[in-house]
Amino acid sequence: MIELENVAYSYGGDSLFAGLSLQLAPGSFQFLTGPSGAGKTTLLKLCYGDLLATSGHVTLFGKDAAGLTRDDVALVRRRIGVVHQDCQFLDHLPLSENVALPLQVSGRSKEAQDNLGDLLGWVGLSRQAAQTPPQLSGGERQRAALARAVITSPDVIVADEPTGNVDWEMSQRLLTLLIELNRMGKTVLIATHDLNLIRFAKSQVVANVLRIRGGQLETGVTL
Amino acid sequence: MNPRVTQILGLLQGDREADRAVPPTGFTARLTVFTAAAMAFLAVFALALSVATGRLADRWSAELARTATLRISAPAGEGEAQVRAALQVLETTPGVASARALTPEEQAVLLEPWFGPDLPLETLPIPRLIEVTADADGYDATGLRARLQAEVPAAVLDDHTRWREPLVDAANRLRTLGWVALLLIGGAVAAMITLAAQSALSANAQVIRVMRLVGARDAYIARAFVRRFTLRAGLGALVGTILGLLAVAALPDGDDGGFLTGLGFSGAGWFLPLFIPPLAAVVAFLATRAAALRTLRTQA
Ligand SMILES: Nc1ncnc2c1ncn2[C@@H]1O[C@H](COP(=O)(O)OP(=O)(O)OP(=O)(O)O)[C@@H](O)[C@H]1O
Ligand SMILES: [Mg+2]
Repeated sequence: MIELENVAYSYGGDSLFAGLSLQLAPGSFQFLTGPSGAGKTTLLKLCYGDLLATSGHVTLFGKDAAGLTRDDVALVRRRIGVVHQDCQFLDHLPLSENVALPLQVSGRSKEAQDNLGDLLGWVGLSRQAAQTPPQLSGGERQRAALARAVITSPDVIVADEPTGNVDWEMSQRLLTLLIELNRMGKTVLIATHDLNLIRFAKSQVVANVLRIRGGQLETGVTL
Repeated sequence: MNPRVTQILGLLQGDREADRAVPPTGFTARLTVFTAAAMAFLAVFALALSVATGRLADRWSAELARTATLRISAPAGEGEAQVRAALQVLETTPGVASARALTPEEQAVLLEPWFGPDLPLETLPIPRLIEVTADADGYDATGLRARLQAEVPAAVLDDHTRWREPLVDAANRLRTLGWVALLLIGGAVAAMITLAAQSALSANAQVIRVMRLVGARDAYIARAFVRRFTLRAGLGALVGTILGLLAVAALPDGDDGGFLTGLGFSGAGWFLPLFIPPLAAVVAFLATRAAALRTLRTQA
């Protein structure tokens, strides 16, 4: 599904990591941990085609990421729901339209009527549906970003610190949503520092833990 | 409903959605509308100029081509005989519809503006004039000259080509200038829209980034910009065209065939300016699309 083979990445200076390989099997549930600045966000961006590897091969849905046209990248993004660490929105539109945006840009606006209400209810944003993103708290924005990432029911969900700004109860709630989606067959990759979150997930599903540290990726980390 | 109409309505609907993704920008929007209106207003005049000068050129060359003047400068006393001989030649020339000698009174009237009313015409060696009108097919001027040379040596045929040509030439050139002005106006609109679209694109970099992250294609993002600039340019041009037409209609008009009073449209010509708004919209569409796709390609 998503495959990184012997990948290196640098932002211009020294390589952040090199010789890194990773396979996201369909239907798997993975956590990515590691110290701040280790390259978690960078690795996730390679996985959804926002960055291109400096060397090595990245394969997205069977296609070489380096050879994707701009339209191909757009189509890949539709199959991967992404929660960004810095949640960006269209600040002039109400929350409900922001959450429905992925449906809108792929010509599926009609589906929004079915899912939007339930989804906003689940992430606890029903009351805020008409507010614009600048009027929301950090945690509310994060929940909105998660709702936006999953509204199209994508094959893969990539979440970068999706619970960084919310309390433990809401964290569990958000994670439960991702676990439910995983049970429906979606592939989930979550970057987080929160070990409690990983433990909670491990009590519900088979979750693999990756750790990136000092340019190396360890798989099958035990807590 | 007709399936085609439904399809077009569907297209507009989809576009309106894309349009919402880009926040409205009141000031540039008004500037775009205003510039499009001003350009359309000017375009109406350029068009009126082209059409009117074209019409004048045609009329002048047609009118002047049909009339000619025969001038006979004979010594006193022989004039009458020469005029009669010349008329005889003209009457037997194929293509000449009529030939008529001007009476001394008529000639006096012609000269009056220069010499005053009391000119003793009889005492002056004034040439006699014959007015020649050709029929639709026209006559062979060279052949006629040759015959006159032989039979009425004192006669000179002036078919007005000498002074007709520069006039017609000037009118044609004005018409060309009118078209060049129209092209320049179109180019200026394209340049203005490109600048406006580019500033809108860079002002909305975050919007573009978000749209892209959720899987919007370049064409979809471009459409949001293209739709609004096309509508604005079309609307502005419509207003400008209407004002331009009113201004042209309000020009004083006279049927003396003069240049200044003839500036305007006639008959079906009044419909020509109606092409300006859709043309402006097409220009805006192409310019915005090119600018948007180019900017999107160069942005990460
Ligand atoms: N656009 C950029 N240009 C240059 N350097 C960058 C850029 N983005 C990130 N970096 C650097 O790359 C390193 C890894 O960044 P990254 O965001 O991947 O870390 P992270 O593991 O996600 O950290 P955190 O846990 O704090 O989110 C950092 O040292 C950062 O300074
Ligand atoms: Mg990060």
